[in-house]
Amino acid sequence: MLKSKTFVKKTRSGGVMKVVREHYLRDDIWCGSEVCTECKQESTVLQKDACMESSLCSYPHYLVPDTNVVLHQVVKSDIKFLQTIEYDTFIEREPGESANDRNDRAIRVAVKWYSQHLKTFESDTDGLKVVLLTNDQGNKQKAQDNGLLVYKCEEYVKSLIANPELVDRLALSSDDKNEITSSKVLFPEHLPLSRIQTGIKSSSFLQGTFRASRDNYLEATVFVQGEGEDSTEVLIQGLQNLNRAVHQDVVAVQLLPRSEWVAPSSVVLQDEGTAKDDEDAEEEEGKVTAVEAARKPTGKVVGIIKRNWRPFCGMLNVSQIKESTRHLFTPADRRIPRIRIETRQASTLSGQRIMVAIDGWPKDSRYPNGHFVRSLGGAGEKDTEEEVLLLEHDVPHQAFSQAVLSFLPKMPWAITPEDMMKREDLRPLTVCSVDPPGCTDIDDALHCRELENGNLEVGVHIADVSHFIRPGNALDKEAANRGTTVYLCGKRIDMVPELLSSNLCSLRSNVDRLAFSCIWEINHKAEILKTRFTKSVINSKASLTYAEAQMRIDDTNKNDDITKSLRGLNKLAKILKRQRIEKGALTLSSLEVRFHMDSETHDPIDLQTKELMETNSMVEEFMLLANISVAQKIYDEFSECALLRKHPAPPPSNYDILIKAAKSKVKIHTDSAKALADSLDAAKVDGFPYFNTLLRILATRCMMQAVYFCSGMDSDFHHYGLASPIYTHFTSPIRRYADIIVHRLLAVAIGADTTYPDLMDKHKQSALCNNLNYRHKMSQYAQRASVAFHTQLFFKSRGILNEEGFVLFVRKNAIIVLIPKFGLEGTVFFDSKDKVSPNIVFEEEGPTLSVEQHKFHIFDKVKVTISLDDSNIQHQKIRMALIEPVIPGVSVPAPDTERPAKKQKLDH
Amino acid sequence: MAGLELLSDQGYRLDGRKATELRKLQARMGVFTQADGSAYLEQGNTKALAVVYGPHEMRGSRSRTLHDRAVINCQYSMATFSTAERKRRPHGDRKSTEMSLHLKQTFEAAVMTQLYPRSQIDIYVKVRVGLTLHLVRGIIAEIDFFVIVHKHVSIVFQQILQSDGGNYSVCVNAATLAVIDAGIPMRDYVCACTVGFVDETPLADLCYAEENGGVSSLALALLPRGGQIALLQMDARLHQDHLETLIEAAMTACKGVSKVLDEVVRQHLQEASVLTGE
Repeated sequence: MLKSKTFVKKTRSGGVMKVVREHYLRDDIWCGSEVCTECKQESTVLQKDACMESSLCSYPHYLVPDTNVVLHQVVKSDIKFLQTIEYDTFIEREPGESANDRNDRAIRVAVKWYSQHLKTFESDTDGLKVVLLTNDQGNKQKAQDNGLLVYKCEEYVKSLIANPELVDRLALSSDDKNEITSSKVLFPEHLPLSRIQTGIKSSSFLQGTFRASRDNYLEATVFVQGEGEDSTEVLIQGLQNLNRAVHQDVVAVQLLPRSEWVAPSSVVLQDEGTAKDDEDAEEEEGKVTAVEAARKPTGKVVGIIKRNWRPFCGMLNVSQIKESTRHLFTPADRRIPRIRIETRQASTLSGQRIMVAIDGWPKDSRYPNGHFVRSLGGAGEKDTEEEVLLLEHDVPHQAFSQAVLSFLPKMPWAITPEDMMKREDLRPLTVCSVDPPGCTDIDDALHCRELENGNLEVGVHIADVSHFIRPGNALDKEAANRGTTVYLCGKRIDMVPELLSSNLCSLRSNVDRLAFSCIWEINHKAEILKTRFTKSVINSKASLTYAEAQMRIDDTNKNDDITKSLRGLNKLAKILKRQRIEKGALTLSSLEVRFHMDSETHDPIDLQTKELMETNSMVEEFMLLANISVAQKIYDEFSECALLRKHPAPPPSNYDILIKAAKSKVKIHTDSAKALADSLDAAKVDGFPYFNTLLRILATRCMMQAVYFCSGMDSDFHHYGLASPIYTHFTSPIRRYADIIVHRLLAVAIGADTTYPDLMDKHKQSALCNNLNYRHKMSQYAQRASVAFHTQLFFKSRGILNEEGFVLFVRKNAIIVLIPKFGLEGTVFFDSKDKVSPNIVFEEEGPTLSVEQHKFHIFDKVKVTISLDDSNIQHQKIRMALIEPVIPGVSVPAPDTERPAKKQKLDH
Repeated sequence: MAGLELLSDQGYRLDGRKATELRKLQARMGVFTQADGSAYLEQGNTKALAVVYGPHEMRGSRSRTLHDRAVINCQYSMATFSTAERKRRPHGDRKSTEMSLHLKQTFEAAVMTQLYPRSQIDIYVKVRVGLTLHLVRGIIAEIDFFVIVHKHVSIVFQQILQSDGGNYSVCVNAATLAVIDAGIPMRDYVCACTVGFVDETPLADLCYAEENGGVSSLALALLPRGGQIALLQMDARLHQDHLETLIEAAMTACKGVSKVLDEVVRQHLQEASVLTGE
């Protein structure tokens, strides 16, 4: 049936115009119920026996939730939503009726239609009924007048017999909010959106992302993105000024007059208050009178533009009052305030990691109100902690869905003749792969052979993942979303399903595999004479570990093809590396640790820093070469939409700490990457062999993040760290999505594959880059967090240890110490709550910290005792205390560190 | 994307149609007695009146005469009241000149012009956007209007009376019926349809809101029986990989249109034969 919608609209120039639109009312939208025989449904989403035991409705029923219910609740998924552009349920808006009322009425009509519709199949429905859920009093009343079954959401959920815990998950609705809080208004009112908008337009307010401070719950910054490149940060201090903003919210801030600007405090302050402290919340912080220069623009939050709440992981602080159902919840992320929730299962939930969602933050409440979502498991357990870690870092880690798996190749898989047609057969070549031990996702392999003209042919063969992952399908979308494989200690969260990552794409030895090869002709001076790219089929002759490869190279008795090939590669790699360093590439250092895992319990039993061998750098060198060659090729071919990677040069001020720290010993030049690299090489202190590594670690911290970008959206391509004018990622398509895109681009460039629209759309590419950069960052954080957690587990089993370390940074009230043996960094605090703090003097120039008589510099050697502090189960941490130098009243006597007998047994 | 969601998750468009569904199409032939052939066609809210004169001797400059076939002269105009904003549209503005040219090309491909050397066929189309009048009443009102206009200006109308998107295709469809009504032989019906591309899905027969919603749209005129394309026009950006699917969708839509037109013609013939008593 055709209806026309007519409405009057005001045009921009002030005229009035009448718009007529057609509206086709359909009679082919089916009810979707299994019991219905009249409708010709394609798929039935509503089962016949959709049944939840409820004391209110003892018959089977379908639920129709009102939108206000759905928006505010995370209710179970057995609620079905209905579309109503249908013929029977279309209603005309009555004159004078608001849009909201019309929607309510539409829902009522829909429910009525459904119940009547189902009644026609009375015989086989077992009295199936339709129940409307709403939170709107008026709507409920009207629905009852119409003779419909209607309940308030809360009534309904409470009546569910099978799942009493569901009640906890109900969001606190506005009606009963009042009783929770005292009448005292703690926060200023948020401004309405309209006033915020005018304020932003007239630039009396600024809009930005709210970032709570990790260390101080009374402090935050708002990151304001300015026009173009420049952006400012506004400091916010004090509960009142923070005004209920939560980390990551988009807020409007008003700047305070210049006289009230303050400097960020470097004091660590944690919200230790309990549930009762609504009144004593005004812990005014002693305002530090800072030097004028250190003062930053300071402001206050006047309104929230967009909340960015997600379910938070954390733990419950059970209320001291028995039988109380209201408890405070402490999120794992310290930047999130504590949340008040209502639950009846406090006793079971205490000691567990749980997820909680925020429902709202009324102005008279010290804490936001929330509700319980689900439990993750016991705190401190490995699985639970890993889950928390992944959730907190937003790492997608669910099992792959059926839709995704359906795009995998059918097993048994074999290379078809069609595949061979388009590919070069490189199976006769002596290709081998070199990887860390235990690696199952081998994405690169190498070969090297002498040509008849005396030159060398070197090939880098990369797993051809883009052959299996076709653009646009569910598998591709999932991989694009995940962005990268995340490696945790003893666990890997794959970007692509295991069949691909560890089997079909993995370039294992002695099987035929599809590859994308980059082949150079190189002379003995490592000058590249020819480069070509081709899709190929290879058969790797050996999968070696770095150590095995190294042994083969070193063993003069071995002279087989593989070894010869390796030697050739190694020789070239050394020359390439030298050339690269001459151009100014930086060799930076960061300590990476490896855990030896117990094979049964998966607990860490030993910890060692990763060793670097010649072969590591050999593989790395050729990967860099391949990446650079490919980057140049795809940029030449697609100047607008090549996906590249850049590493911006850090602003000079980043190096201040490095220059200051090294000042007493050597001079560091930071004018260019080359100068920095040279001065780092020259920096050696006699009798202090570790000094150079320390400097490099420090230099690494000065660097910027390398990022992916789309060549059409940026003009600066330079990679600072590698001193290369252009760079991309091509060599690890199994674990990085960026490489898959680069593979596709390269395949199009050499005519091996066809293009697709999104590949050529620079805006879509750019959006993809943003996601990839975000995922990479998060995966790094997750990796670090996982290492930290395993370090804790390790020290838990080890007891107390004494170790030597070096001062890496000096802070106002602490020094940060690096233990090279474990690659572990820890903070030694000099002021603690229970003790009288010693006389501490901090000097910015230096920077040095004088504690009593002793003065700490960066790079000083210290001895510390390491133990695990598990007083706070949620944030277990490594505690370090000073042993040497001995400072009376500060350092602790060296405790006996008998190694537990258990360790001896496991350490073979 | 700005503002409107043109295709919902459930696969319905703004006006409740599915992606491949056409708008309601109604037509009548022989609505205008002075002319040799005429037709009135409504496709959704877009309404057009097409009038055909000829074939007749060349008028105006004789130099345009072609010795082996007939000259087709098309003129397109839009009624002042045809869009939501009342705007005076002077004759010979760029848009209508372009549209006239497109129509001319389309019909040169379809009409068997070689049968009428040294002569001329005039096709006038007028599009109107107005309020919904019932089919017959609408025509009458419109005809009155034309007559008045006609007295002053010598040539008017193939007229879009009301425009709600797809002007070109509606004109072609109306003109086809008018040419048939005039009894001029054609190779086949010429059916036209616009298609747009949203969320990787081709949408058939765009309405005005969709055309203006940032959709890359394509107009296609087809001789359905042979599957020949008489005209293909597109001035938006589209990735070439999508072109094929889009043309495919347009052709299916055109075939749908041709079915309706065929029915109209058959019905008209039946009515005519009843009237003439055969």
